[in-house]
Amino acid sequence: MIDPNTAHTEAEPIIAVHNLVKQFGRFAALRGVSASFCASRLYGILGDNGAGKTTLLRIMAGLVPATRGEISILGKKHPREVCREFGYMAHPSLLYDEMSGMENLRYFARLYGIEDDARCARIIEAVGLDPTLERPVGQYSQGMRQRMSLARALLNDPKILLLDEPFSNVDIRSAREMVKLLGGMRDSGKTIFVVTHQASLLDGVADEFVWMDQGQIINRTPDLKFMETA
Amino acid sequence: MSAPQGITLATLTKDIRLEWRSKDAINSMLFFALLVVVVFSFSFDPVAEESRQIAGGLVWVAFLFAAVVALNQTWARELRNQVLDAYRVSPAPENSLFLAKALGNFIFVGVLELLMTPLFIVFYKLRALGPAWQLIPVAILGTWAIVVNGTFFAAMSLRTRSREIMLPLLLFPITIPALLSMVEATTTILVGDPSTSAKFWIVLLATYDVVFTTGCLALFGTVLHAE
Repeated sequence: MIDPNTAHTEAEPIIAVHNLVKQFGRFAALRGVSASFCASRLYGILGDNGAGKTTLLRIMAGLVPATRGEISILGKKHPREVCREFGYMAHPSLLYDEMSGMENLRYFARLYGIEDDARCARIIEAVGLDPTLERPVGQYSQGMRQRMSLARALLNDPKILLLDEPFSNVDIRSAREMVKLLGGMRDSGKTIFVVTHQASLLDGVADEFVWMDQGQIINRTPDLKFMETA
Repeated sequence: MSAPQGITLATLTKDIRLEWRSKDAINSMLFFALLVVVVFSFSFDPVAEESRQIAGGLVWVAFLFAAVVALNQTWARELRNQVLDAYRVSPAPENSLFLAKALGNFIFVGVLELLMTPLFIVFYKLRALGPAWQLIPVAILGTWAIVVNGTFFAAMSLRTRSREIMLPLLLFPITIPALLSMVEATTTILVGDPSTSAKFWIVLLATYDVVFTTGCLALFGTVLHAE
């Protein structure tokens, strides 16, 4: 068992948080989270609803400021300074329902200064969708929407991927394909954080599982055995 | 194209495309403005001279109220599926988003004005006795005054529970100086009184636009990232 607040020492931490506290009014979503995460690893962030997983991810993405505590991403104190280096996939799709997948990606690519439509098409194909599909995203199945949302997060070829519930409402075969894709990206050097309730999908692929409960990291394990004892 | 202008253009194009497909804002605005024209034309039966006296106020109040519909829609689109978060995590400058939204609203409200003005002229038997060309700068500056503040305050009320009510509550009081200028300038031009000129009101409107555009651009980043 690994001490939750101990960093891996064999590699340089890519993200470090220290005593992170986030309060929403009187409710404390995070209660002094300290941890560091190494590069080129796939982390599964697990825990019950309200454990603080999404809040931790949103703070890392720079979407929510921490009430107290410090965060360092790629050596920078503010996530916005390194926003080109991460991709974020939220539980909602973060896509326009009225536009096709390609139109969506083309727009988001422009936000990163990417003008290459061929790249958008390649990414759509990489997540197993057809770039020529003209149907608006609103008419996609939930699984297709999740894949397109992953494609959007991959647009800027990020070093760090923050994925919130990427497998929710995705059929098991498609979810396994997504996990395989994520494993490949980790092997190519990306650091990936996956918040999920379907931990078994990441078994054997994730390098480490981070267990959260009531706004704190309670354990970090290399496998899912802790789930049986918890 | 360099980043900020390119992003503004991409966002503006995207908004126009979304509006073209859904027609949410333009249909609601047109319907509301049409109602105002018809209801008021039945309620009053002014002679041409009286029309010229009241038309300035009537036209601009109708456009202001109708614009609120478009202004609410502009950010509602970004809230569905939390798309705004995708913009917030990107390196795109905040002001590019603001300018694109304001320009988009300017185009939508401008289209409304172009479609509704002939109806106002017909229903209220309007004919400008002063220099009619001055109505063009009044329309451009007045519309910008409405949309620039409206876009900003719509973004500000984005995370409030009753944002449809909050927007007019925030927008209308701050628009009063601009509204006064628009109404006075329009009435002066329509009435054609040689003792007064619309130029003062046009300059006031331009000053208002410069001040509030600068203020909105300076504060929009804070509003966008507020949680």
